[in-house]
Amino acid sequence: MIALLASIGAATLGVLAAIGRLAIFTGQTISHLFRPPFYAREFGTAVLQIGYFSLPVVGLTALFTGGALALQIYAGGARFSAEAVVPQIVAIGMVRELGPVLVGLMIAARVTSSIAAEIATMKVTEQIDALVTLSTHPMKYLTLPRVLAATLVMPFLVAVGDIIGIYGGFLVGTERLGFNAAAYLQNTADFLTRIDIISSLVKGAVFGFIAALMGCYYGMNSDRGAMGVGRATKSSVQAAAILILIANFLLTGVFFSA
Amino acid sequence: MITLDNVHKTFGTNAVLQGVNLRVPKASSMVVIGGSGTGKSVLIKSVLGLVTPDSGTITVDGQDITTTDRDAFLARFGMLFQGAALFDSLPVWQNVAFRLLRGSLKRPKPEARDIAIDKLRRVGLAADVADRLPAELSGGMQKRVGLARAIAANPEIIFFDEPTTGLDPIMSSVINDLIREIVTEMGVTAITITHDMTSVRAIADNVAMLHAGKIRWTGPVEEMTEAGDPYVDQFINGRANGPIETVR
Repeated sequence: MIALLASIGAATLGVLAAIGRLAIFTGQTISHLFRPPFYAREFGTAVLQIGYFSLPVVGLTALFTGGALALQIYAGGARFSAEAVVPQIVAIGMVRELGPVLVGLMIAARVTSSIAAEIATMKVTEQIDALVTLSTHPMKYLTLPRVLAATLVMPFLVAVGDIIGIYGGFLVGTERLGFNAAAYLQNTADFLTRIDIISSLVKGAVFGFIAALMGCYYGMNSDRGAMGVGRATKSSVQAAAILILIANFLLTGVFFSA
Repeated sequence: MITLDNVHKTFGTNAVLQGVNLRVPKASSMVVIGGSGTGKSVLIKSVLGLVTPDSGTITVDGQDITTTDRDAFLARFGMLFQGAALFDSLPVWQNVAFRLLRGSLKRPKPEARDIAIDKLRRVGLAADVADRLPAELSGGMQKRVGLARAIAANPEIIFFDEPTTGLDPIMSSVINDLIREIVTEMGVTAITITHDMTSVRAIADNVAMLHAGKIRWTGPVEEMTEAGDPYVDQFINGRANGPIETVR
């Protein structure tokens, strides 16, 4: 019995310590935003890597999700003669939920893993130590530009995902399900509210922050060797995906609980 | 003068440094020898502040390293890492001029590039290497680029961590000669970590042997073979039999 309690206690302490370490890392990252120098070139590179080069995967994911959503809603709606709500449900589904969540998860898969592997490899090959000896703070040079870039570009990626997702639904709706194009667009525009769009973009920024932060955190805390890099990469994607889904639930509650 | 007084460092249950005392006189070349895993790298990383000792004092020119301005302190140092630790995403010249492109030593980009090319020439690399990426270079060339980066900002103190590991004997000899020339020419204080006894003889003014977390013996390189210490004798002659356990 005592052994069981001890193991529960040890596990609890471990979780609390991990939360504490992550909180300190987050605080340090944010604090560097207000202390010069700021590495603009690294920020620009991160914007390109995270934002521009993610556009194809975001676009394809959103396009096919929007199309599939239209088919599902049409088929499901037919059970109670509600096929006509396809434009409205595709719009609200993409903008409120699927757009930000799917883009967030895609970024977690593509960007978080890449950041974690890159920084972990730099740690294993002593490049992080080299940065320190060259009077350059690794958090300032590696972490802040990536986290800031992800936080700022993710709302744009989500907006692109939302638009392309709705377009996917529009294509399926008009080309396969027989909707009138003008009426489809009108219904979409009429149904979406400002809070739908704001919540989508805010979710994007939060998910971007989480995705890049997890990549940097696990990369910086990687163990030695190829196994250490692999474990850091895997753990970063798992943590980012789970935290994105939790944050999505909480933010949905904040925006739409009334 | 670099001074370590009673420096201790433990990782988990592994007591790596157990009271290290060492003096490195100004403008001299100290080589630290010792078996793998005896804490040689931890020793120089402690001086640089990359590893924080559990106890003990480290001073550079009489100033405790924990009380100095960090940027100004690090600006006095250059370091050649074991695997060169070049930044993969930057071309060679930007690796060499890294410190000259940002921070307190920042220079205009063309000037930084000229200095980088000059330092590359100093270590025997042609100017056309400057625009290549580190991954396009051989191990020996990467070490030379790392050496060029270490001397780019004309530091007062340079650390060399296993400078010849993984290199063929000819390239090792080239790197050893370069290090000796640079140390003499620039008048820097140098600490080199190596297992390679050829390097020790080529680079050192003084030698210190680290064993079981302490400095086992230290003295001028000329006295090393006559040290009269069985541990030093076994190590420098590479004997399997002796007081140093071969199974660790």
